[in-house]
Parts: sequence; structure tokens; C-alpha cells
Amino acid sequence: MTHPFATLGIEAQRLPGALPAWHAPVAPGALRALAEKAKARQARLVALWASDETPRGAGYGLHVALALREGLLWIGVPLEREHPRYPGIADLFPAAARMQRAAYDLVGVHAQDSPDHRKWLRHAAWPGGQFPLRKDFDAGARFEASEDRYPFVRVEGEGVHEIPVGPVHAGTIEPGHFRFSIVGEKILKLEERLGYKHKGIEKRFEGMTALDAARLAGRVSGDSTVAYAWAYAMALEALLGVEVPPRAAALRGVALELERVANHLGDLGYLGNDVGLSFGFFQFWRLKEDLLRLNCELFGHRYLMDYVVPGGVAGDPGAAACVRLIDALAAIEREIGELRTIYDEHAGAQDRFIMTGQVTPELAAALDLTGLAGRASGQEHDLRAAHPIAPYRGLEVRVSGHIRGDVAARVSVRFEELAESFRLIRALADALPPGELRLALERPGAARRGCGWVEGWRGEVFIALETGAEGALHRVHVHDPSWQNWPLLERAVLGNIVPDFPLINKSFNLSYSGHDL
Amino acid sequence: MYRLLKQIAKTGIVTEPAPEADESLRLLAQRLQDAVLGHFGRSLAVRHVDAGSCNGCELEIHACNSPHYNLERLGIRFVASPRHADLLLVTGPVSRHMETALRRTYEATPEPKLVVAIGDCGCSGGIFGESYASRGAVSNVIPVDVAVPGCPPAPAAIIQGMLTAVSSTSARRSSGASR
Ligand code: SF4
Repeated sequence: MTHPFATLGIEAQRLPGALPAWHAPVAPGALRALAEKAKARQARLVALWASDETPRGAGYGLHVALALREGLLWIGVPLEREHPRYPGIADLFPAAARMQRAAYDLVGVHAQDSPDHRKWLRHAAWPGGQFPLRKDFDAGARFEASEDRYPFVRVEGEGVHEIPVGPVHAGTIEPGHFRFSIVGEKILKLEERLGYKHKGIEKRFEGMTALDAARLAGRVSGDSTVAYAWAYAMALEALLGVEVPPRAAALRGVALELERVANHLGDLGYLGNDVGLSFGFFQFWRLKEDLLRLNCELFGHRYLMDYVVPGGVAGDPGAAACVRLIDALAAIEREIGELRTIYDEHAGAQDRFIMTGQVTPELAAALDLTGLAGRASGQEHDLRAAHPIAPYRGLEVRVSGHIRGDVAARVSVRFEELAESFRLIRALADALPPGELRLALERPGAARRGCGWVEGWRGEVFIALETGAEGALHRVHVHDPSWQNWPLLERAVLGNIVPDFPLINKSFNLSYSGHDL
Repeated sequence: MYRLLKQIAKTGIVTEPAPEADESLRLLAQRLQDAVLGHFGRSLAVRHVDAGSCNGCELEIHACNSPHYNLERLGIRFVASPRHADLLLVTGPVSRHMETALRRTYEATPEPKLVVAIGDCGCSGGIFGESYASRGAVSNVIPVDVAVPGCPPAPAAIIQGMLTAVSSTSARRSSGASR
């Protein structure tokens, strides 16, 4: 059979599961050529990570997941045991830069010819030269806190000064460090430093059974619990060669869209608040709370945690509940219509939204901006439309888009996506297929691989799963779209004034926990 | 403007009654003085510290400020600096990378201070446990007065946790031991 990647000059093998995904082993010496060809075909970098293969009698592994028109290509690059290294690809895929640094911090594989070798996820918890995701690293090891030196890039010049912010912020947001170089009020440079929330998630997976690990996957980033739980379940189900019942798939779709709605409502409230429209905060958060309560009633959890489980879903709301859901959402949707008019007509709010925190489509394309923020900057990727698998097949998801790439565009995309999510939930909940909710899954028996790829509210969540000989979890890599988008926030704020930073930051609303792992 | 006012008028007041304090949440026995709820003599300043959560607990802390709960009406407000805070609301598990920042925030908070740990992770480390990267429970790093379980705990439980913590302060104040 000819496979779709013949033009890339590789032998790729179709991975099991509904997702169009392939795996191809590639020698380190061939990685650059492949990356160049893929780039020429408009490939996007989805994720880059590393693994320790020494228990399997090999060295280390570098893994690169690329999104191509045909689907997802997972490239596995075997690295030698002694000096594991590979040619870096950050010049071709800029988003790879931080991922390469993280792969070094965690597994000790070295990207050659890379301009930036500073540590990234490692702060003081473990010393350089120790690599937590190596198999001989004890998960419970406790090191003396070393000094945490991190060389920020300095901007020199007359009147330039620095403002360090964080890791603990003034509001209720996750911890991270932002270093602004400013002149007057204008931002000349922003440098982010993340990794404060690193809590050893990927190492933790390795001590869990494949089924138990689903709960952990659902807690990588709590605001995206459905997307992560689904991506994990998808990976495990693919690896086991099972397909979930249609009713379960439809309910997963409902849950994922409800998660999108809840987050968009919350963000739209805060975006109003940040421009002095506290009316917007109270209105949107009232609607959000109504939705969370309904979630709790119908699905057993306000944020739908642990609703998506390997093999299906954890419960059935039933026909009467579906009618209630549809009615309640219709009421919320009507109110959103009014609120949108109010936002659109509010001169003060629009004045702050428009042309603030802009990312042009050209920059977005060059740096692989993804998800909701990508769609606001002309990058119309949405997995639900590009590779529709159940339950999205046949629903013809309409991808929202905007080209201005400013706060206003990110607000507008949220409003449009709300409308589309309401339509999808209606379509799914109105015609739930009959049948089972959940298949009993067996433990994986042998070394296999599978992946899950889900368009969460923020963007594409990707999980790569590999089991070992006894079915234990050999490597679970979880990837948040915030990896792609954090570097763009650094660019979006340039030339803006410091007081607009919270607004711009909120308009992206990126994940720290999902990134820091 | 007309639409905006119309929407406000239509919405009315959705705020619900506040929950009661819950003594079963109290951790430190020495602070368990008289659990009298005469605590709203002045407003309570709260500083939230995310010491490594999954961000799920933060969602519910945000929700506490939504109109259904409307925390501020209870005289509880979030402040931007630990120096202005009476109470730290800490979500966890405490990552090792946040350990120093959490400790410093605690030290910067003037006495007498209260600490409420939020969520299963804040209580015990939760699903993340203790590891090379996680110190687990908040109480492994700083003294905790009240711990509120749940994953994440609902807004009412979070508010209840704060009220429980505060009831000891007011007790101390009435016995003359406080500011
Ligand atoms: S208690 Fe649950 S919601 Fe809170 S941080 Fe832990 S996993 Fe997340």
C-alpha cells in the first residue's frame, strides 16, 4: 500500500484508531531533511518530546509530532545511549525551541546547533545532569534545592528599565514569571519564564496502570479536563484496538463542547472586567455558574472531571436531561446574543480591544500559533473540521476565523465558537444514538503505541502513549497547545503599554499547569 | 447603555445565602478557640496563592466572586499583596518550584495570619502526591489552619472554609489576643 507520506521519503505506518495518524522511524541523520520537506509542505509542529529506551536495550528516543494535511505524523528518532543528541529543528519550527530545552531537562537529550541551551522546566528541584524521565531516576528523589540562576536576555539603552512580575501574581491566576523591559509605559520586550508548576506529571504516569492514569490525564490542566481525558482515552483505545460505542462518542462530544462553552463564558466575563466593564463579568459569570450547576446535575461534576473514561463515558444523563440541557442552553444563548450586542456597541470596551495585543497572520503562521488564538490570527485549523472523527463526522463543524489577531478578534472568535458549540450540542443531544456507554477494557498486554488528538477549547491537546512489554505505561507524553502560544504572547505585547498586559494575557488565557507538567 | 441597563434590570439579584462555618474542616487544634461567628467586624483580606494546582481549584475560586456567591458582600475581598492579607488561600500540591515563593508569601503576610488549603491536592498532594517535583500537601510547607477537600471543592465549600478559619480570629480578638 502506498502511504500518504511517500513524498517525504519515509516509510510510515498507520497507527490504530480512528484518528488519521502514522508513525515513522527516522535516523537522526535524516531528521533535518525530513523536517525541511515537511515544512515545505506547510506542516505544523504539534509536539516534540523524548523518552528513555534503555530498558528496551536501546538508547534514547526523540519524538516529533507534525500536523500535515493528511493527519498526524509521529516521527521516532532513535538516539545513542552514550551521547544522545540530534540536530535541532527550532530554526524550521520555532515552537520546537522550548520543547527541545524541556526534552533536555527531563531526559537529557541534546539538540545540536540550537541557539538557546538554557534550562526551561528545570529550576531548583533537581540539579543539572539529573534527568527525571530517565528510568533510573527515582521518582521520590529529593535534592537539596540548588541555586536557581536563569540568565534573562537584557535590553540595554537609555531609559530602559525592567519590571519583573511573578511567579506569584496579584490576581487569581497561575504562577509564572514575566520580565518586561520598558521605556516609559511601552513594552520593548517581554521574556517569560515558566516551569513553576512542574509537579512531575509525566513521571507519575509511569507508576500508574493504564486505566488509573486516566484520572491523572484529566488533571493535567483542570480547565481542559474533558479534552485531556478524551485525548488519553483515545490514545489508549487506539492502542488496544477498540472503538467506543456511538452513544459514548456523542456524549463525549457534548462534554467537550460544554467545556468550551464554560471556558469561553468565563473568559468573556473577565475580558469585560479587564476593560472596566464589570457588568460583563457579572453577567457572563452568572451564565457560567448556571451551566456549571447543570453540568453537576446531569453529569455528576461541575467541570465534567472523570466523565470521559477509557472505553466510553461514566454516566448517561438520559433523554429527559437532554431536553433540559437543550432548553437551558437555548436560554443562555439568547442572553449571550444580547451581551454580544452590548460588548460590540460599548465604545470604551471596543477602544481597548481593537488593535491591542496584535499577532498578524504572517507571524502566527511562522510561529505555529494554534487553537483559538490561531483562529483569531487567520490560522483556521480546527481538528473537529480538519479530521472529524466520531462524533464530529457529518456535523460539518464551522471553523470561526478572524484575521486581525488582536484582543477584539479573540473576543469575536469566542462569541462565534459559542454559537457553534450550542449548535453541536443541540445536534448531538437531540439524536443520541442508542446503545452502550462504556466498554470494559483489558490491560494492554504488550509494547504498543497510540495517540490522542483533541480540539480542546484552547487548542489541540495531544497525548502520545507507549506501553511496555507487560502493559505498563512506558511513556506518556501530554502536550498542551499553550506550548505553541506562549511565545506568541511575548510578541503580541510588543509596543503595547504595560497596563494592557493583563487584558492581552487574558485574551490568550494560556495554561501554566498544562505546560509545566 | 439602554440595553445594558435593561439586562441588569432583567437579571435582578441572583446572590444566594452564605454557607455556615464547618468545624470539621479545622486542622490546628491550638487555633480552635471559641468558634463564634462574630467575625465580620471588619472585612477580611484574602490573598490567593497557586502553589502548583492543575488550575481546577482556581476555577472555583473565581466562581466565588460570581454573582451567585458574591464573596465581597460577606466582607471578603481578594487583595493583590500578601502584606495586605489576613488570610492566604493556597491551592496545591506545592510544587518544589513554588516552595520558596509560597514560604516567602507566608512570611510577608503580617501576623496574625490564617492559611486555608484548598482542594484534595492542597490537603494531601492529591493525585500528584509527593515526588522529586512535588512537596504534596500545603501543610508540608507552611502551617495550615483549615483544609478544604474536594477536586475541586465547590465555591460554597471554599467560602465555608474561609469562614471556619476566620471564626478563630474573631474568637481571639474577643479574648484580646489579637490586633
Ligand atoms: S484538587 Fe483537583 S482541581 Fe484542585 S488542583 Fe488538585 S486535581 Fe486540580
